[in-house]
Amino acid sequence: MGEAMSPYHRPMATTWWLTNRAYFLFMVRELTSVFIAAYLILFLLMLYKLAMGREAYEAYLHFLASPGMVVVHVVMLAAALFHTVTWFNLTPMAMRVRFGERSVPPLIVVGGTYAAWIAASIAMTSIVLWWK
Amino acid sequence: MPAATMTLEIFRYRGEQDPTPVFQTYDVPYREDWVVLDAINYIKDEIDGTLSYRWSCRMGVCGSCGMMINGVPKLSCATFLKDYYPAPVRIEPLAHFPVERDLVIVLDDFMEKLTSIKPWIIREQEQPLSEGEYRQSPAELDRYKQFSMCINCMLCYSACPVYGMDNRFLGPAATALAQRYSMDSRDQGRSERQQIVAGDEGIWECTLVGECTVVCPAHVDPAGAIQQAKVSSTIDWFKSVLWPWGKR
Repeated sequence: MGEAMSPYHRPMATTWWLTNRAYFLFMVRELTSVFIAAYLILFLLMLYKLAMGREAYEAYLHFLASPGMVVVHVVMLAAALFHTVTWFNLTPMAMRVRFGERSVPPLIVVGGTYAAWIAASIAMTSIVLWWK
Repeated sequence: MPAATMTLEIFRYRGEQDPTPVFQTYDVPYREDWVVLDAINYIKDEIDGTLSYRWSCRMGVCGSCGMMINGVPKLSCATFLKDYYPAPVRIEPLAHFPVERDLVIVLDDFMEKLTSIKPWIIREQEQPLSEGEYRQSPAELDRYKQFSMCINCMLCYSACPVYGMDNRFLGPAATALAQRYSMDSRDQGRSERQQIVAGDEGIWECTLVGECTVVCPAHVDPAGAIQQAKVSSTIDWFKSVLWPWGKR
């Protein structure tokens, strides 16, 4: 053995997520959480205005109907869809569903999440329409 | 017609001569049946004997020859020149690890992590030899077999930006191997391993980029191992809260 040689450390570039498509899509998926959080804040504000009374609530609804807020909602919906679809597609990685000695094919697990999504959406829509 | 050649740009670091690494360009004969490791062996034998790198089996079993090939962690013995020809290929040591020399990385960190998860079958009480072997059904084997295929090549660590940013993270292969033993019907050491696996630097650091599974040459699916460990660790937590008198 010769003299000690110090190992070379390569720092990670801040642009690491631009070096590969998968890293980029991962960052997009993470970023969509921000839009989902933003939507929840708008939703909580709506509940707050509702508690303040009819006038405040209707003024808030009017604000939400402005063209700028409609665009914001379209962007938030797109982000929420991307978030949902990418996570649903990753479900089989986290869940190995077994029936006795046989494991359920990944496509069925993914299909199950979409089926639950559709069922929940139908249930929510029915409740809203029922109470109208 | 002159024989076809191919250019390799290789990361060189010889700390005792120069504290900054450089890329050195080599022209090697192009052969359709050559992998990157063949080209590097040609350089070592015919052009420049000072080039340092690790390799052993040449057939994807030993896990020694992992390198960054055009920025992607790959086994150089399983990466064909023809997939890049005629463009030059850039070869660097595995990302996120310190470089000892040229393409040789310092792998102590991975070795310590591997040891920390106790990759062997733990028994509360060893049964005497006269009792015979610990038996296992094919279905029980099937539960962990995929995770046992790991060849410790560390490509998954090089693909993991979480490990790149903070190397205290236990990382993909060590978690997959912890799962390999904890899911083994003959093992009784899961709670010991969980201290590390579900600890501060364990599975909860993972943000599921998923590239560890993509680059794995042995189809281990370490990202799956980590997510499944998260599910079972969550179940442990609910059990401890809802059923504190139950057996842990």
